[in-house]
Amino acid sequence: MDLSTDVKNDVLFVTVEESRIDAAGALEFKEDMRKLAADAPPRVVLDLGKVTFLDSSGLGALVAVLKLMAPEAKLELAQLGGAVAQVMKLTRMDKVFTIHPTSDAALASTSAI
Amino acid sequence: MNISQNTAPIRLTVPSDDLSVRDALLKIENGLHSINAPDAVCGTAQMVLAEILNNVVEHAYASKDGEIEITLSPKGDMLFCLISDAGEPMPNNTLPEGRGVQDDTDLMDLPEGGFGWLLINEYARNLNYRRNNDKNILTFQLALSE
Repeated sequence: MDLSTDVKNDVLFVTVEESRIDAAGALEFKEDMRKLAADAPPRVVLDLGKVTFLDSSGLGALVAVLKLMAPEAKLELAQLGGAVAQVMKLTRMDKVFTIHPTSDAALASTSAI
Repeated sequence: MNISQNTAPIRLTVPSDDLSVRDALLKIENGLHSINAPDAVCGTAQMVLAEILNNVVEHAYASKDGEIEITLSPKGDMLFCLISDAGEPMPNNTLPEGRGVQDDTDLMDLPEGGFGWLLINEYARNLNYRRNNDKNILTFQLALSE
């Protein structure tokens, strides 16, 4: 999956450069994130600003990445579009993930809980 | 918004694999946009149909190949949906309920699946499942207006 990365203030920012995290791409996304997480700093912020569609397989992959990174590192999310936010809310995963309005807001926050 | 009373149904025959499902969902999204369904409605319809089609690929057909027949008929402000496949029947011939996450769940106990039916049940109205001539037939309606 096309992911771009950037490190600022010891936070790894990963931007999903594709419009969908769906059943066809969930496994690849999980594997790519697993590799990125292997030597990541304690905070990883996943920017979903370009993602317009997240299905339950994609959501399952996000949860899997959150779990595989714990407890050394924490996966946070940024810039959820309407459809993505809708799925997160309905499944109550919005209570599980730390969600920032934007990557910049994530950078400004010190929420390394 | 103005949705015609007698718009032609969207009919698709989709091979049961993830990439074909993705392709079908994009066609359906375009079809719904072309009948002037609002963006949020197109998004919700795509979400519900994605979960249903993914389930057919993953469970009904599991390891075997097959086809999924989709008929979406816009009537007034509702979209009448019929999805059929020739795969395995639903367990106990009934629809699953799906589950969300409980507030006090430990991180490592978080579910990584089972969300699909939760999303389907949130939006699909008059959801009905029946087995007929060795086919699974799922019918439901989705709102075409917000």
